[in-house]
Amino acid sequence: MTGKQGQARQDNGLIFDARGLTKVYHMGEVDVHALRGVDLQLRESEFTVLLGPSGSGKSTLLNILGGLDTPTAGQVFYRGKEITLVGDAELTQYRRHHVGFVFQFYNLIPSLTARENVALVTEIVPNPLAPRAALELVGLGDRVDHFPSQLSGGEQQRVAIARAIAKQPDVLLCDEPTGALDVSTGIVVLEAIEKVNRELGTTTAVITHNAAIAEMADTVVRLSNGRIASVDRNETKIHPRELHW
Amino acid sequence: MRPLNLKLFRGLWQIKGQALAISMVIAAGVAMYIAYISTFQSLDLTQQTYYERFRFGDVFASLKRAPLRLQDRIEEIPGVARVETRVVVGVNLDVFGADEPLTGRLISIPEIDRATLNDVFLRKGRYIEPNRQDEVLVTEGFALAHGLEPGDSVAAVINGRRRELEIVGIALSPEYVYNIAPGAMMPDDSRFGIFWMEQKALSSAFDMEGGFNDVSISLMPGAQEDEVITRLDRLLEPYGGLGAMPRALQQSHFYLDAELAGLKGAGLMIPVIFFAVAAFLLNVVLLRIVAVQRPQIAALKALGYTNFEIGMHYTGWSLVISLVGGVIGVAGGAWLGSAMTRLYGDFFRFPILEYRLDPGVLAGALVVSVIAAVLGAFGSVRRAVVLPPAEAMRPEPPSGYGVSWIERLGLKRFFSQPTRMIMRNIQRRPWRTVASVIGISFGAAMMVVGMFWIDAMDLMMDVQYNVAQRQDITVSFVEPSSSRSLYEIERMPGVVYAETLRSVPVRLRYGHRSRMGSITGLAAGARLSRVVNTDFRPVTIQPEGLVLSSKLGQILGVRAGDEVIVEVLEGRRPIRTVMVTELVDEFLGTSAYMESSALHAMLREGHSLSGAFIQVDSKYADELYRRLKAVPFVAGVALKSAAVDSFYDTIGESLGIMIFFNVLFAGIIAFGVVYNAARISLSERGRELASLRVMGFTRGEISFILLGELALVTLISMPIGMALGYWLSALVVTAYDTEVYRFPLVVSSRTYAWAALTVGAAALISGAVVKRKLNNLDLVEVLKTRE
Repeated sequence: MTGKQGQARQDNGLIFDARGLTKVYHMGEVDVHALRGVDLQLRESEFTVLLGPSGSGKSTLLNILGGLDTPTAGQVFYRGKEITLVGDAELTQYRRHHVGFVFQFYNLIPSLTARENVALVTEIVPNPLAPRAALELVGLGDRVDHFPSQLSGGEQQRVAIARAIAKQPDVLLCDEPTGALDVSTGIVVLEAIEKVNRELGTTTAVITHNAAIAEMADTVVRLSNGRIASVDRNETKIHPRELHW
Repeated sequence: MRPLNLKLFRGLWQIKGQALAISMVIAAGVAMYIAYISTFQSLDLTQQTYYERFRFGDVFASLKRAPLRLQDRIEEIPGVARVETRVVVGVNLDVFGADEPLTGRLISIPEIDRATLNDVFLRKGRYIEPNRQDEVLVTEGFALAHGLEPGDSVAAVINGRRRELEIVGIALSPEYVYNIAPGAMMPDDSRFGIFWMEQKALSSAFDMEGGFNDVSISLMPGAQEDEVITRLDRLLEPYGGLGAMPRALQQSHFYLDAELAGLKGAGLMIPVIFFAVAAFLLNVVLLRIVAVQRPQIAALKALGYTNFEIGMHYTGWSLVISLVGGVIGVAGGAWLGSAMTRLYGDFFRFPILEYRLDPGVLAGALVVSVIAAVLGAFGSVRRAVVLPPAEAMRPEPPSGYGVSWIERLGLKRFFSQPTRMIMRNIQRRPWRTVASVIGISFGAAMMVVGMFWIDAMDLMMDVQYNVAQRQDITVSFVEPSSSRSLYEIERMPGVVYAETLRSVPVRLRYGHRSRMGSITGLAAGARLSRVVNTDFRPVTIQPEGLVLSSKLGQILGVRAGDEVIVEVLEGRRPIRTVMVTELVDEFLGTSAYMESSALHAMLREGHSLSGAFIQVDSKYADELYRRLKAVPFVAGVALKSAAVDSFYDTIGESLGIMIFFNVLFAGIIAFGVVYNAARISLSERGRELASLRVMGFTRGEISFILLGELALVTLISMPIGMALGYWLSALVVTAYDTEVYRFPLVVSSRTYAWAALTVGAAALISGAVVKRKLNNLDLVEVLKTRE
């Protein structure tokens, strides 16, 4: 265990503090309530899994935490600063410097190689990892010059993870990172996320509808119908390799 | 390279066909802009320099004869800077090897000093030397046409006597940059030459010693041109002054200026069409790119890229396409411009005509390309920027379709399901369809307007030479002669029929407006030379009264029934009041006509004539030409066949080139629009079409859905393009409504056919390219891509 990590665990400070979040989408004539008053705290360096069926509001919650979306009502504090108050330009800077995103469908740029996809991030932030180092961290040191179309789904998702962590973000937000993958590939991806969380101490939130994944988390937040149904802490985390679904 | 730029270039490479098609539209616009404007500037600069160095006059006047001492009085007119008096006469020429009658103009020049105004540029040989009476300089065009070199000689019939003139130099003059023989439509260097001869020698040959019959004036800065002309006319009046004209109406200058204005106008107008079409295409293509790249945009935004960076990225796509087109266009335009300038060198005779490409024109072309790129990118950039990052992560919602209005009319059962798909798709994006139709229509319209003037010229030639002037040759006399001259001509071999021509120089006045010109007297029931209106029907001239061309009527502000004052500028110079009986729309000039006996009566003269129209038996033509050359009272002989030949020679040379470029440029527009529309449809609907293939549709059936829509759009565009072309042609006709000529607004079915063929071929080619892609549609792969 590294010193930095140890320190972070000791601080155990709040990184996200969300209060009373609601989000209403207007879809033609119907209003869809994606979030109906959510309060949530995420702590420094923790691994959180947000669990819920599709339509439970978990993606909306993640997007709001990551500065991709704004709530209809409620507040989000990031390290004590209210990000729900800031404008679009500041949200962009927030994402740029603090947040790493991993998407269900990887969202790689097909015309760029793995290394170039990572470089997309490393060149706009001050202290990035070298693209190759980031790719090596997710076990893709030998695939750096491959285009997305030459990579398997799991490899593409690991490139996406490398891209997300290369900026050394404070938080890593993953939206169904294994949703499009089979079990064994999914586990390799989860291992990569777990490794980042463990070795770099990056606060990590993973949303999934797959309850099995919850076992690798420090904290499990269950969402249902736009509300938080429960928040549980795992006394013992298990390694992704031991997960089954 | 930065990853975002790598993405840009690799992305462009993926759509290289579409990108190149748009680049070519830009290239065509840039090339035209550069070619027209740089040619304009090259000619304009050459003209100005030439005029200045060789002291081209500001005001020109002809008269019968005035004593040289009058020059001092002319110099005293306020505003006059310099005065050059000359002797200018028309002669028949005899050049070894040429049977046809050739005419020339002899102009006096000082033997020692150079002329104060309208100086000559010596291309070859030397200037005339004192006391060598028969030495002449000849225009370059005539010398080239006849292979004349310094040391050769030509024979001129001077005052009835044949005289050998020795050519010592080949020369050019700012007065004859564009050199049209009197009465001709096009310049013909082989049949009309200008000769410069020593002043004393020329004066004595024509009994003009101590006198002059032509004067040029240069004005001081700020001089009142009208005032100088009025005073000059008053001075010259007693000496048979034929009325002074400003430089603007000087023949060579007039044509050159009209051409320059045309070049400039075309260079500023036509490229706009190309840039507009290019901007539209960029807009459509980039909107599609942004739609396809929604997830990528989302990722970029989530990664922290700013809206500005993303906006610049998509503007970059547009800029690269545009700049590629700009570079191709600059190269093409410079080449085209230098070729055009060279071609102009054959029509307009300058000492040096150097093609010059001004850096400002280049910069202008590139700026316009960038503007087109930015306008083209605007829509997609806005779409990419406003896309909320969370929204971008969801797939594009399925497009909303509706039942098309044609189906709603209850005609639904007449259409197959694929046909309904075509109609609904067109209706779903009506504005895009409309813009495609407009784009393709412009392609067709370009073709029509590019070729319509050939139709117009054909018609003008036909009317001019088959309806109005049916004589084979026109003979003009040195002086008005008696009817005996006609009798003499009628007896010559080969003369089938002859008609009198009476033409008298006049000034017409109406109110405060006046105009110089001549009244042509035509015999009642004339068979050869007739007045024809734009309906191509001969006009019967009333026994009394004046018939004016509408243009002349417009200049004077006269309508039929008004009375004008006719100041005759010949003989006893009577002043009469005559009623205008009719205005006739004519294609050429600003003519005035009277029935010949009425004209004689107005002039209080007998049957004098200034020339004759002759119908010739071609078997005896050469014999007749020989005889006419020897007749002392004949000043000039003009052949219709020569005029027609030279016209078609001139047109024929450039016709092929013109058709080529019209087809090329119109084709580029049509191809650019159709091909991009096809590729975008393919991109938007590839999945849908692949699904149909999976369900068992044949390649032909799915091609019908995609290409049928394009065929429909192309077919709709054709008539619209033709109508648009007709309308643009009408604009051109209006723009070229000058005193010298008016184009008839006629578009032949041949021109329409060219337009339809060009657009149709461009559409077929793009259809074929897309069809190949459709045939190779990977069914499994397409179905795998996520919605």
